[in-house]
Amino acid sequence: MASRDDIKFLSNPNIGQDRKKYCRFKKFGIKHIDYKDPDFLLQFINEQGKILPRRITGNSLKYQRKMSTAVKRARHLAILPYVTDLLK
Amino acid sequence: MRNYEVNFIVDSVLSGDEINATAQTYFDMLTSNEATIVDKGEMGLRQLAYPIKGRTTGVYFCTEFQVPSGAIIAQLELALRRDERIMRFLSVKLDKFGVKYNDDKRNGLIGKKKDKVKSEIKKEVAAEKKATPAKKADAPAKAAPAPVAKAEEEE
Repeated sequence: MASRDDIKFLSNPNIGQDRKKYCRFKKFGIKHIDYKDPDFLLQFINEQGKILPRRITGNSLKYQRKMSTAVKRARHLAILPYVTDLLK
Repeated sequence: MRNYEVNFIVDSVLSGDEINATAQTYFDMLTSNEATIVDKGEMGLRQLAYPIKGRTTGVYFCTEFQVPSGAIIAQLELALRRDERIMRFLSVKLDKFGVKYNDDKRNGLIGKKKDKVKSEIKKEVAAEKKATPAKKADAPAKAAPAPVAKAEEEE
């Protein structure tokens, strides 16, 4: 029997195997999200300044909600833009 | 006791004294209403992410305080709303995690935590290297400490 090592793949079979998503707030024990820290919040918005969905950020519902509130507060205080292009 | 955080942006066109006087009126208002101000955080002149009232910069203030009741917030917000020198404001009630976060931030525990831990580890490793030079000589992979250890052995 040919084992998996003997098979020659046309492309690397490891490509496309996504790493498991996780909630970074739960994993690192972050309890409070600072709305005055734009660099941190930048991780959760796209180039147009839109909040990324949970299916991309991997956040748990609790922290996704807190994060989105933080982004909205930052927008109100003109720390983050409401609409933009080429934010990153 | 309740913990609150009130942010406001003062018009940057005003002179430095006027800006400080504006902020001071609100600090005075808080202290006269039984509030104990925990932090008068002045974040200073910052670029706004979008223009407000034709201005592109503003002076940010972020004050954290403790009050026995939340009645003062309505008063404060009304005053802030009426003030033409204030471009934006936001008042937030802090939960216990928020209070702890602000505390840690003032004590410099947030942001540089990783670097601190790393430098401590480096120091520990360096101390170990000095303490046990013979062990390092056994590991040829680590090129840097090896010659030092050898030199010490020769002595």
